[in-house]
Amino acid sequence: MNIVECRDVIKIYRQGKVEVHALRSINLSIQKGGFVALAGPSGSGKTTLLNIIGGLDYANSGSITLDGNIINKMSQSELANLRLHNIGFVFQAYNLIPVLSALENVEFVMLLQGVPSAERRERATAILDDVGLKDAYSRRPAELSGGQQQRVAVARAIVSNPLIVLADEPTANLDSKTGEGLMEMMREMNEKKNVTFIFSTHDQMVMDYARRLVHIRDGLVADDQNQG
Amino acid sequence: MYLQMAWRNIWRNPRRTIVIMTAVIIGVWAMIFLGALMRGISDQMVRNGIMTLTGHVQVHHAGFRKDPVIENSIDKPEVVEAALSKILPRDARWTTRVRVDAIASNARHSGGVTLVGIDPEQEAGISFIRQAITEGTYLKAGDKYGIIVGEALADKFDTKLGRKLVLMSQDTNGDIASRAFRITGIFKAEMETTEKQFVFVTITAARKMLKLGNQISEVSILLADYKNADRVADDLRGVLPSVSYDVQTWQELLPFVTAVLKMYDWFIYLWFLVIFIAMGFGIVNTILMAVFERIREFGLLKALGMKPWWIVKEILTESFFLLILGMVAGNALGFLSVFALADTGIDLSALSEGMEFAGMSRVIYPVIAIKDIVAANLVVLILGLLVSAYPAIKAARFTPVKAMAHT
Repeated sequence: MNIVECRDVIKIYRQGKVEVHALRSINLSIQKGGFVALAGPSGSGKTTLLNIIGGLDYANSGSITLDGNIINKMSQSELANLRLHNIGFVFQAYNLIPVLSALENVEFVMLLQGVPSAERRERATAILDDVGLKDAYSRRPAELSGGQQQRVAVARAIVSNPLIVLADEPTANLDSKTGEGLMEMMREMNEKKNVTFIFSTHDQMVMDYARRLVHIRDGLVADDQNQG
Repeated sequence: MYLQMAWRNIWRNPRRTIVIMTAVIIGVWAMIFLGALMRGISDQMVRNGIMTLTGHVQVHHAGFRKDPVIENSIDKPEVVEAALSKILPRDARWTTRVRVDAIASNARHSGGVTLVGIDPEQEAGISFIRQAITEGTYLKAGDKYGIIVGEALADKFDTKLGRKLVLMSQDTNGDIASRAFRITGIFKAEMETTEKQFVFVTITAARKMLKLGNQISEVSILLADYKNADRVADDLRGVLPSVSYDVQTWQELLPFVTAVLKMYDWFIYLWFLVIFIAMGFGIVNTILMAVFERIREFGLLKALGMKPWWIVKEILTESFFLLILGMVAGNALGFLSVFALADTGIDLSALSEGMEFAGMSRVIYPVIAIKDIVAANLVVLILGLLVSAYPAIKAARFTPVKAMAHT
């Protein structure tokens, strides 16, 4: 079953008088439970594609379907709801709310969803234990290492059982060992909880972890291969 | 968690928070303290007016206010007295007076004064004069020749206690009446003009000089609560026919003071607004700075699914905390300043001539009016939140992609 369907997705940015064709015509289907890397050099359009799939940005044309819902026709407010309930995000940096502790950061999305506080606390502690941050509940982002921060971000992304988790270059700011640890953990979550992960990267190590590798080049899918 | 987040956010940059809080504190303090000074001035104007022979309600002959001549005296004071004993609440006090324009003269000087004939005992509880004696003694009932004059008048006439002062006025027959008095007391009033204008003799002496029989010029009534003045005046009007009697409240007797009081209300609120405008720019600026510093964070919040309205709410909550903290400290400081000056007041005698023109006292005692405190705090809180809405809405309008790409 396809959870994401992109058909002829085009995205053009205007920078002053210049038009930048970020996505020329993307066709892509991603199945539930996938662990997919969108790979490509900077400027290839992978982050733009991730943003459009995640309802953070609109495509100029084409259709994007998430779990059967066409999302490119949704209003800002509908998209906000979609993101809140169905999509988990992990960004390259500035992932966490600096004034909240690790536990509170994980709880925050559930707070927005209206989950009762006792349940929030229980689920947040369980997921932080899962990502190996048992001792870091009360630490604020500034007191966590880069790798730990990304783990909190992953914990937050999956805590409310979203349809997909979108991770934009999640290891870009980490050293290779920490990055590998994070990928290991994301893959474990993917296998254990059957959460679909789509991440963008230009790091070979990250690509090696993906079960499916989609190369994006100049706004087009250049290559699409299953890696088992 | 929203409240915790807001609280922690305002302490992310403690220096900036303290700067803006200081602005709010100074603003609220200025509103409360200077508002209290203005209230003090206006209260004292009213008190001076009332204590300077006005009282809360007065009864005159129907023609006296237009033409305060001796012919317009109350012929039958017993009628008025009967009405007063029927109508006045038990805790009210009243006195009768004779009041005519006269010329005072001695060997060195002569000038116009208002001759006031008083019942020394009754007058003591009503007007300022009993407490205002600084030299000599207060009048005794039946004193035929004693006169009390103000310090400024004594200076002007180059006279002192024990000296003679001759008063001249028109008597009931239309003749010029003249009588020599001896200065037995000197008074000091809040205002120099009062000291120069009024001279006091006993009502018996005044009647004798003016051949008045038992007639009086006015009845002055002091109520326990000035708010009852209108009701008491209305009741008296019901009993005393308007053809013969004129009953007036202090607001009618002191139209200038009444007008100034109304003007002061507006001045105070205008003052609050002016302070707020200065403070408002600081608030907007600080919150805008805080918002721009955190654009990426708002992008993240929106990406996570936070609705724009929640972001507005979050920033307004931060602003609310800032304002409340500033207001609490500003109020405390304002009250402390007022209490510190409650006994001593602020001495403005250096400016007293100009001040007296407007009926103000030489020393201003700040007075806290609850309605001013409420108004000052509401102005700061409501307008403070309103101006914070601008940066809040700005923050809510960033799209997540743009906000997160912000450097």
